[in-house]
Amino acid sequence: MNNLIKKTFLYVVAILLLIFTGYPFLYMVSTALKSQSDFFEKPFALFSSFNLENFFSVFEMGLTRYFFNSILVTVLAVFIVMFVGALASYPLSRMNFKLNRVVFLLFISGMMLPIHATLIPIFKLTENIGLYDTLIALLGPYIAFSLPISIFILTQFMKDIPKALEEAAKMDGCTHFGIFWRVILPMLTPALMTVLIYNFIHLFNEFIFALVLISSPTNMTLPLGLQDFKGEFSVNVPGLMAALTLASLPILVVYLFSQEKVVKGLGGGAVKE
Amino acid sequence: METHIKVARSRSQSRSVSKSHNNWKKNLTILAFIAPAFIVYAVYVLYPIYSTFNYSLYEWDGMSEMTFVGLQNYVQLFNDAVFWTALTNNTWVVLTSVFVQIPLGLIMALMLFAPIRGIRLMNSVYFFPFLMSTVAIGLLWVLMYDPINGVVNQFINVFGFENVAWLSEGNTAIFAVLLVIVWQFAPFYMILFKAAIVGVPEELYEAAEIDGANTITKFVHITLPMLMPTIVSSSILAIVGSLKAFDIFYIMTGGGPNHNTEIMGTYMFKQAFVNFNMGYASAIAFLMFFIALIVTIIIQTMDYYRKKKGALS
Repeated sequence: MNNLIKKTFLYVVAILLLIFTGYPFLYMVSTALKSQSDFFEKPFALFSSFNLENFFSVFEMGLTRYFFNSILVTVLAVFIVMFVGALASYPLSRMNFKLNRVVFLLFISGMMLPIHATLIPIFKLTENIGLYDTLIALLGPYIAFSLPISIFILTQFMKDIPKALEEAAKMDGCTHFGIFWRVILPMLTPALMTVLIYNFIHLFNEFIFALVLISSPTNMTLPLGLQDFKGEFSVNVPGLMAALTLASLPILVVYLFSQEKVVKGLGGGAVKE
Repeated sequence: METHIKVARSRSQSRSVSKSHNNWKKNLTILAFIAPAFIVYAVYVLYPIYSTFNYSLYEWDGMSEMTFVGLQNYVQLFNDAVFWTALTNNTWVVLTSVFVQIPLGLIMALMLFAPIRGIRLMNSVYFFPFLMSTVAIGLLWVLMYDPINGVVNQFINVFGFENVAWLSEGNTAIFAVLLVIVWQFAPFYMILFKAAIVGVPEELYEAAEIDGANTITKFVHITLPMLMPTIVSSSILAIVGSLKAFDIFYIMTGGGPNHNTEIMGTYMFKQAFVNFNMGYASAIAFLMFFIALIVTIIIQTMDYYRKKKGALS
């Protein structure tokens, strides 16, 4: 009897949480599949119609462009961060020198930093070097603000690589760069995957720099473009929902294919195996 | 003999020359490795913080001449009722994150270890909100809070309540946004707790069971103490993250109605890029930096003493 009450209680909690976390998502997808008139007739019915029209009209309105921009700038920034971050992490984690601790702390303290504290100077700088309202303008801040967490993850991981390997390579006459490139980098793959996933998801969804540095629709990234859609779709709710569904798709797909990696990546070093 | 010493001396000389040469080479190597990251970081993070402080001492519209006003912007800020509202709202976000979001994340993580069916489904669905972009989340919930067509009103109608204009009434707007923040970030703490629960040794529970402990005692005396480090680090992440909040407020309410949901981030943005009070906005921005810095120092100090105490006992 006691056991039955306990089980029932657990199921009730589990289901309430499922509804709380999952319902908004179902509502979004199901509304995206309704026509305007369906929506007005039965706004709350889940999956009452199956109409793909909204998805096509969203693409016609320029969502493709936003997708392309977002992917381009995110991929570029993430790969530069991985390379530059790994380079910097090498001496920071494996070599003794005077300023080591100071430089390391300067880098990782960036994790605590509110972006707003840099917003106006970055806006002015971007204007002054003539990059305002270009996609390239986003690269600098995206790379800079991804470095702290990336260097944090990479140095933690690099510390655990045995020194003996390095020494052997040194005997064979490898330079430091040679050691980094041939010995350290190949062993770094799991940490680099974490860095890749963490930064990809964060930069793909980044909003405030795009808001401040981009103004014309052709250069907008996905989050900024969606925000712009809001006005155009203020009367067409299913259309807006279709846009939101499509915008959420890339990351969901990545998640479904590599759940464990994404979960670990998003834990960003806070989750250790 | 004579020559022997000479050779030895010249050897040691050349060794010291090559040592300083090596040192120099080593430093150059270190520089080459760190420079690319450090230059980008200095240009886009370190220097801008200094610039922000510098701008905060001026009155400036972003284009024409800057006028030096000293600490005038800060004086004005402390007398600005909207700024105090913003600070209060930021505090609300911190409190909600620590006292609602983290416990909910813990409950969600515990459910993943409950002796029931459907764990795999829960594992995926509970995590969904964290994967959506904040902009998409904001727009979705604006619709769900819609005064006429919104699901939330439909839901409370079932219990006999009247429709509420959640986001445009002063006393509900902030809580409406806070609920969305909880919805978005609880899954993040769920993963942190899930990883920590896996790490709790099974023997502890077995031993407790032999002593006749029930579920609640086991939770209070084993799970909770073992999760304490995760609770502390989650709280740090939550506090720091809350001070940085911007996107969801900007999208859902823009700080309205009548500054009721204004937070430091939205207020700074408006002053800078809507009103073009760059000097005043810089003062807000620098204060945000300063608060984050103080909070970080307090947390680090507490953590240092906690660890020291732990090492002694």
